[in-house]
Amino acid sequence: MPWGEFKDTAAERRLFQRRTVVMLVFVVLAVGGLLARMYQLQVVEHEVYTTLSDKNRVQVQSVPPPRGLVYDRNDALLAENRPVFSVTLVPERVRGMDDTLGQLGTILDISEEDRERFQRRLQEPRRPFQEIPLRYDLDEQEMARLAVHRHELPGVEVKAELVRFYPHSELTAHALGFVGRINRDELQRIDPVNYAGTNYIGKSGIERFYEEVLHGHVGYQHVETNARGRTLRVLERENPTPGEDLQLHLDLRLQQRAHELLSGRRGAIIAIEPATGGILALASVPGFDANKFVTGIGVSDYRELSSSLDKPLFNRALRGQYPPGSTVKPMLAVAALDSGATTRDYTMWDPGHFRLKEGGRVWRDWKRTGHGWVDLMDAVAESCDVYFYEIAVEMGVDTMYSYLAHFGFGEDATLDVSGALSGLLPSRDWKRAVRNEPWYPGDSVNMGIGQGFMLATPLQLATATALIANRGRWVEPRLLKDIKGDRPVEEFLPAETHEPLTLKNPEDWEYVVDTMVEVMHGAKGTARSAGRGAPYKMAGKTGTAQVFSLAEDEEYNEEEIRERLRDHALFVGFAPADNPQIAVAVIVENGGSGSGTAAPVARALFDSWLLEYGQADGALVSDIEAQVAD
Amino acid sequence: MAFKALLDSTASNPLGRQRSIWTALHLDPILLLLLILLVSGGLFVLYSGADRNLEVVKAQGIRLGVAFVVMLVFAQLDPSVFRRWAPWLYAVGIVALVAVMLVGVGAKGAQRWLAIPGLPRFQPSELMKLVVPMMAAWYLSRHFLPPRLRHVAVGLAIVLVPMVMIMQQPDLGTSLLVGLAGIFVVFFAGISWKLIAAFVAMVSVSAPLMWFFVMREYQKQRVLTLLDPQSDPLGAGWNIIQSKTAIGSGGIDGKGWLQGTQSHLEFLPESHTDFIVAVLAEEFGFVGMLILMAVYFLIILRCLYIAATAQDSFSRLLAGALTMTFFIYIFVNVGMVSGLLPVVGVPLPLISYGGTSGVTLMAAFGVLMSIHTHRRMIGA
Repeated sequence: MPWGEFKDTAAERRLFQRRTVVMLVFVVLAVGGLLARMYQLQVVEHEVYTTLSDKNRVQVQSVPPPRGLVYDRNDALLAENRPVFSVTLVPERVRGMDDTLGQLGTILDISEEDRERFQRRLQEPRRPFQEIPLRYDLDEQEMARLAVHRHELPGVEVKAELVRFYPHSELTAHALGFVGRINRDELQRIDPVNYAGTNYIGKSGIERFYEEVLHGHVGYQHVETNARGRTLRVLERENPTPGEDLQLHLDLRLQQRAHELLSGRRGAIIAIEPATGGILALASVPGFDANKFVTGIGVSDYRELSSSLDKPLFNRALRGQYPPGSTVKPMLAVAALDSGATTRDYTMWDPGHFRLKEGGRVWRDWKRTGHGWVDLMDAVAESCDVYFYEIAVEMGVDTMYSYLAHFGFGEDATLDVSGALSGLLPSRDWKRAVRNEPWYPGDSVNMGIGQGFMLATPLQLATATALIANRGRWVEPRLLKDIKGDRPVEEFLPAETHEPLTLKNPEDWEYVVDTMVEVMHGAKGTARSAGRGAPYKMAGKTGTAQVFSLAEDEEYNEEEIRERLRDHALFVGFAPADNPQIAVAVIVENGGSGSGTAAPVARALFDSWLLEYGQADGALVSDIEAQVAD
Repeated sequence: MAFKALLDSTASNPLGRQRSIWTALHLDPILLLLLILLVSGGLFVLYSGADRNLEVVKAQGIRLGVAFVVMLVFAQLDPSVFRRWAPWLYAVGIVALVAVMLVGVGAKGAQRWLAIPGLPRFQPSELMKLVVPMMAAWYLSRHFLPPRLRHVAVGLAIVLVPMVMIMQQPDLGTSLLVGLAGIFVVFFAGISWKLIAAFVAMVSVSAPLMWFFVMREYQKQRVLTLLDPQSDPLGAGWNIIQSKTAIGSGGIDGKGWLQGTQSHLEFLPESHTDFIVAVLAEEFGFVGMLILMAVYFLIILRCLYIAATAQDSFSRLLAGALTMTFFIYIFVNVGMVSGLLPVVGVPLPLISYGGTSGVTLMAAFGVLMSIHTHRRMIGA
């Protein structure tokens, strides 16, 4: 020993061994304590932690149902679903949003618009852990680049989702409407459970009207995920119920023809099958590419569309409210005959102008020299204004209102056409309420030729024309023809509400139809050039709606007026006259005259439908040929 | 009895004429067998904890191989070598710790490593786990045991100086282990129970002072999190919640090797390092934990026997302290992972992935084997 002192080695050893025993007891107690803790966790509280562990790894995910498809009457696909790969971010899982976005920017081509949209969505209310799309429609190269870097980017996912696609884009945009991202207001309205996995909702048209049917019912899957939320495998799955497939009355070929006929112009065409009320064509030109709206249209694209003078986003067929002009005359002829304001035999002298009283205001006929002696047949065929001035005053506003209301003016009479407007059918009460003025007889004069206050949409004109074609039987216009599933279509269409328009003398229907046939085929018919050479008989009425009023003595020259101030050209009609297969309303904005511009469009449409597309078996065509042969 | 066999196998004839091959190699076969059992079983758990990453297992295997060599080397040295070198090693260690303070490198706000050109990077605090008990044992064994008060005071000073320096790095886990290693020497030396009681009283009084003046914010946070993990389930509480979930969901017989969802789905953090025992508990259940604790317990038992049969005070004190340090590793790690103790960076000895602590531990076992196999015949 260093200090040379005597050490009691044995005593030291005993002391050490006592201490060792103490330590051993400590170790035994501590190990026992640890094992007791393990026993508590693993045996006593095992259930609790098993639940926690399962809750950790098993997530319930909603599986969005595939949206129902939309077909035309010949099973041509109008709206389908296309897989689109997009990059989404789950903000709760992203480590450093700015860094992540910055790194993604080096991997993918992310436009300023994508960023803006993403930031906007980031601010909007959303479900927790809901992914926010950053960029859509990745190509294969981008997918590959992203796959390489994905592990560095927690919270960044590539998502494949089925996105609505309209293969005929512009052609069907106004007829079908479109789907788009669910927005803030819609989020309040929808069933959060059923839409748990859905990002899109019908915004307009039938996509909106049949949203519930098209959407289907959400499914579920239990998936195993890791701590970063990445799905590893599906444990259990309850499949979603897909949305129903819809078949429309629409005929894609006729729709295309309608667009061709209006191409380069602004206008609308509505074609209705009188027997069913089915809308065969619904064209509003110019159209737009609805696909752009599905995943969210860029600001500049939207600005271009919305600020265009041609208003491509404006659905003229349903929402364009125009003065109907002379196209309302056949309906007024029905009203005048049935109310007794005129008879078939009544004739009058048309000097080319009309006065309510001696020395009063002068209303001109479109033909300055006048039509001479005219009866109702001539008045419709030649579109004599003075005759209608007189019977309008004779009927008065109340009678005209009541009959025109029966024809569906002033209301949205459609069953399933979302967004259709009601136009304006003026009445005494309306004028009192809106203008705080009494109804003057002069207002009735204007109404007699579809000018003044009255406004109608092309769809309303087509509906009223179909009523004449049906001789008073009402068919509400509709788009849905059939549901592709087992359930009958009646379950989905709203109920029909309109009573037939019954005339005191039902023969008056035939008489009015004859006046319209005279328009097309008569020696003096305003649309006789459009009707020339047809192998079938058609009925129609031309119209010209003034874009602005002219003072009574003012002459105007079309050439001097800027194109956009020219009159709107209108035409309504149906064919064949005896067995109507198609009723149409055509408006060509600033087209000039109805006879010169709108009537030929309708004729071409009639030809297409009756001679080419309408009947697959050709029965009608031969029927018509037989008629002509007679 | 098995225990008797365990304690006596080499001891049966260590002093006899036939020196066994084990004595010649200066290895203790029982301790060696238990360590090999522990280490090889640990590699299987590591393979699972590292999510089937064979590279990790290979790297750990190489490290443990190196550690075994270190053990072998230490076992060859006579205990007197350790005793003679203890003061010099201690001095070198203190200088190294000062160097760490001045020019050390590190990560995550802690300065722990020393990078001397030409030498591999090393952690002086790790070295001190061996050197501090050596130094304390050297000092105390020079005097009568039980030690007098001033010897205790000097002994504690020997321990506290490096401990505080390591705490400053900051490395609470290592400073704790270094401190305890030294304090165990003092305990084994026979410090009176009165002093121990006074010491305990002092610690409990100074605990609040530690809380307010010494402990850093992250350390306080760990304690608070232990008391109420749910207060911050996605932040600091996450580790504890997930490890308890892993252990608890293992049940009696576990989910099966490589079948642990908590670790393989990455819910369990540090699943191949500090929290690896949770992987074992999840996959092998309570049965697995019983086996693990049994192996650890047998190792400790064997080591305490070695300590108790050592021939001089220095060897006894050193062997006892090293054994208890090894146990503290186990206790702190398992206690932390099962939510009994705050989260302190202490690995599960010889199983957690990581280099230096394994080498230090095996060196300690080498010291123990050296003590056991260099006994001289007395009174012959």
